[in-house]
Amino acid sequence: MEFKTLVFYFLAAILVFASLRVVTVRNPIHAALHLVLAFFSASGIWILLQAEFLAIALILVYVGAVMVLFLFVVMMLDIDLDRLREGFWHYLPVGLLVALLIVAEMGLVLGERYLDVFESDVPQTGAGFSNVQAVGRLLFTEYVYPFELASVILLVGIVAAAALTLRGKRKTKAVDPSQQVFVKAADRVRLVQMPAEREETEE
Amino acid sequence: MTLAEMQFALPDLSIASAEIFLLTMACLILIADVFSRDGKGAVTYDLTLLTLAGAAVTTFAISTGEVSYTFSNMYVSDLMGDLLKFMVYISVIFVLFYSRAYVRARPEMARGEFYVLSLFATLGMMVMISASHLLTVYIGIELLSLSLYAMVAMNRSSVAATEAAMKYFVLGALASGLLLYGMSMLYGAAETLEIPMLAARLLSGEMDLDIVLFGLVFVVAGIAFKLGVVPFHMWIPDVYHGAPTAVTLFIASAPKLAAFAVAVRVLVCGLVAAYYHWQTMLIILCVASLAVGNFAAIAQTNLKRMLAYSAISHMGFMLLGMASGVFMENPDFVPGAYASAMFYVVTYVIASLAAFGTILLLSRQGFEADEISDFAGLNRRNSWYAGIMMMAMFSMAGIPFFVGFFAKFSVLVAVVTAGHLWLALVAIFFSLVGAYYYLRVVKVMYFDPPASAEPIETTPDVKLLLSVNGLAIALIGIFPNSLMQLCADSLAGSILF
Repeated sequence: MEFKTLVFYFLAAILVFASLRVVTVRNPIHAALHLVLAFFSASGIWILLQAEFLAIALILVYVGAVMVLFLFVVMMLDIDLDRLREGFWHYLPVGLLVALLIVAEMGLVLGERYLDVFESDVPQTGAGFSNVQAVGRLLFTEYVYPFELASVILLVGIVAAAALTLRGKRKTKAVDPSQQVFVKAADRVRLVQMPAEREETEE
Repeated sequence: MTLAEMQFALPDLSIASAEIFLLTMACLILIADVFSRDGKGAVTYDLTLLTLAGAAVTTFAISTGEVSYTFSNMYVSDLMGDLLKFMVYISVIFVLFYSRAYVRARPEMARGEFYVLSLFATLGMMVMISASHLLTVYIGIELLSLSLYAMVAMNRSSVAATEAAMKYFVLGALASGLLLYGMSMLYGAAETLEIPMLAARLLSGEMDLDIVLFGLVFVVAGIAFKLGVVPFHMWIPDVYHGAPTAVTLFIASAPKLAAFAVAVRVLVCGLVAAYYHWQTMLIILCVASLAVGNFAAIAQTNLKRMLAYSAISHMGFMLLGMASGVFMENPDFVPGAYASAMFYVVTYVIASLAAFGTILLLSRQGFEADEISDFAGLNRRNSWYAGIMMMAMFSMAGIPFFVGFFAKFSVLVAVVTAGHLWLALVAIFFSLVGAYYYLRVVKVMYFDPPASAEPIETTPDVKLLLSVNGLAIALIGIFPNSLMQLCADSLAGSILF
């Protein structure tokens, strides 16, 4: 067994283990950290396939940005997992049935022709070839139109987020006198009817 | 191939100048909005209208009527694209005029972002209309959808609007995923995402048809979701009902044109060799949409919800025209079938603008006017607006001498020419069912006692545009041939056989 295969099996074992832990651990923080581990191992496998760009993108985008965001969300929202899992067993049979149906249909359509395992032939490139550079060049030449539009989509995301969450400027706690003069006594003082004395209760 | 060998020709930017102009202006308006002081978005509103007018002029000026590609064959410019884009600008301009008072009366929506997002949505539609690459199709759809999700949610104090936005977002994301999955299958089979090349590879018969069909199912599902036809229609009633009426008007008008363009580009141009398969799928979608849309609309008391179900049935009817284009023995009639579908969608947008425009006209601050009972006795309050609404309803019902009749008629002619008499009979039957609920609105407007005696206040510009809109329904209905000819001519250049 050559060294490369050994590295592959090592990374693959970590990947499978980490992925399993993601769905089995109860603590969402642990699950997120295991997902980070899974991403790291997957990017290692991509490096073995000479796809450096994908490996770097996976680490930068998913580990660096998405997972950190995810951890923030978990931290800030205090997600009640028991409520999320409520009804899991109730919906499981239907979900399983649908999933099995889809898998069976796909299997019928595609047949056994496509299910054989085969070794994919990775295009071999020379030592000096950098696919980061190649991807970058393609993005800014041939794919410049969708690339620019993707940036417009990000801009729409920013505008939408601002429009939906910004609730106007509120810099000071000063009271607006023109609003204040409209106040009514009923807004300030609420008179509650209470019994004058607590009734004696027998003990 | 090494990096040095990669040749790249600078794209011809002039072909896409309408898109570039609109994007530049949208960014400038975004900045201008920050510095404008009125806080109601008045400057932004004016600039947005000017931008749309400018884009219309640009599209008109650069339109050559020839098919030309740019951006490494990702962008196509042809007569069909120019015509549809022109219609998109016009309908967005109408939407903005109609919704001006409505938006102003709602402080949460009366902000510059509303107009900027509508410009970005317009850009998304333009990208969809001129896409000749599956990647651009997808990105255009995402740009449009993301803008629309935000616009639906903009009225934050309304629980219904927030719920509608959530449903729209979740289902829309699912549909985009399906579409993307289908495209990846097509890429796996054809090794290209360019639509003309995809068509060529498919016609040559070298591709693995199994994978193509596999992808086709998902692509059809994704497009059907964007068009809103059964069984991918679940979002339509809730979104139409829950969204602020101004946004409902937006969703109900221009995006239908863009979705039609995507259907033509992907199915008719790209996957024409697999027509036998998608044609069957389209027929199932048509019949289901006609049945569900027309029967469910009868039970509605909310006008926006009723029009949502009517939109489902209309899109089904339009697909009927598309589906009948490909099973024709005689190729001379083929462009006619697609032209009838295009005519149908264009005229549906016109009628839809008038119907929702009237709803917007009647709504005030804190009052939506979206129940059918709100229209009671409209004739006695203002007979002209009641007349416009009546024309919109008659047109949608397909009553003769309004434009909807001719649209339905031309689609039915295409279906019968294609030799599917049973399909035409089914369509006629469901149209008759549909006529009931359109006529009910007319009955409520003309024969019921008025719900309120309040005069309808509006600005002269809205009055003028609504009148133009109503007259268009009547006039195109009497003289439909020039628009029909325009549709046929524009499609003849775009569809390759």
